[in-house]
Amino acid sequence: MTVQLLALLTALVIVVGILEMVRRRELREKYAALWVVVGLVIVLLAAFPGLLARLADLIGVEVPANLLFFLALVLLLAVSVHLSWELSKTEEEMRVLAEEVAILRLELDRVRLRLDAPRPGTPSPDARRPDVPVQDLPRPEPVRRDEGRA
Amino acid sequence: MSDPSTGRARALVIMPAWNEQEALPGTLAEVFAHAGDVDVLVVDDGSDDDTASVAAAAGATVLRMPYNTGVGGAMRAGFKYAQRHGYGAAIQVDADGQHDPREIAVVLAGLHEADVVIGARFADKGAYAVRGPRRWAMQLLAGTMSRIGRTRLTDPTSGFRAANVAAIDLYARHYPAEYLGDTVESLVIAIRSGLRVQQVPVEMRPRQGGRPSHAPWKAAVYLVRAVFALGLALVRRWPAVPPHAPVVAAPEGVRP
Repeated sequence: MTVQLLALLTALVIVVGILEMVRRRELREKYAALWVVVGLVIVLLAAFPGLLARLADLIGVEVPANLLFFLALVLLLAVSVHLSWELSKTEEEMRVLAEEVAILRLELDRVRLRLDAPRPGTPSPDARRPDVPVQDLPRPEPVRRDEGRA
Repeated sequence: MSDPSTGRARALVIMPAWNEQEALPGTLAEVFAHAGDVDVLVVDDGSDDDTASVAAAAGATVLRMPYNTGVGGAMRAGFKYAQRHGYGAAIQVDADGQHDPREIAVVLAGLHEADVVIGARFADKGAYAVRGPRRWAMQLLAGTMSRIGRTRLTDPTSGFRAANVAAIDLYARHYPAEYLGDTVESLVIAIRSGLRVQQVPVEMRPRQGGRPSHAPWKAAVYLVRAVFALGLALVRRWPAVPPHAPVVAAPEGVRP
């Protein structure tokens, strides 16, 4: 039966494709697991068509294909809601990071300004190299102001 | 950590700004001239123009968000900054000049009696009129907010508002970032966390740049979104009351 073969092939391609993406670390395991399970279920249904018919009969669905469509729709809906949820969480986390980055950048600029300001009463020509941009100056020894703390 | 230049009692003006290089210099000059002894933090919310450098040149401290996060995101960053630097009060002022800097002292003074103070436009003060669905939305919001806050709130979407230490601590963690969340939901959070919200009458001016939209369908969308935001705010779960709240007193020295 060609339809059966087509379904089997499709399912195999999905499962192999997902596993390959996980192998290349392009898909995280927690998302891959779901699709691998879905792929395996399709493989199962394609290999044994009687399974779907018997399940439909058991539940009381007249046309077995309708049961398949129903399950597929529910699954896709659940997956997209889950993705929206993950995205919302990620956006919130990103927002928190953006706030932290903004504050840190401001603090860094301040500290830099203070470090580069010529200190009154301590002429140290070696420390002042105006021709070198600030970020290129080697700073192996940070200024320690809290050495008392362990 | 606390900067030596910022004592506990100082007030911070937080000014969210997104592509406001035109209006910002004028607004900042007015704030420095009329707001008394306050620090000014401009939160550049991912602008494409020279907002950050214009603000720095005018003498403000500039917090630069790496991308546009909306007024709510900018304000939460501002509150975090205020919290970490130990400010006694923070007040949000729009960059577009809508909020008169002469009224900053008035709004801050309201912190003697409440934790969050809204500078509200009254029917009898200022020349700002709205009609149609937008007006209904505002009336609905005002009525609901007044009831749950047990105080008269005529202008709950006003962005001209001050917060004391307790409110800063709350908002640094839980300032809503969604549309209308920065105004409506932030008030609900404050009220339901046990903080006191009050309003003081101020005069609003027309914006210096940009124009408010009065298209009917936009106003209708606004009404729907306002109702949705309010409904969400009312049914959401809220953070536990901060341990030292409510502090119903303004820190000393806030009044310039």
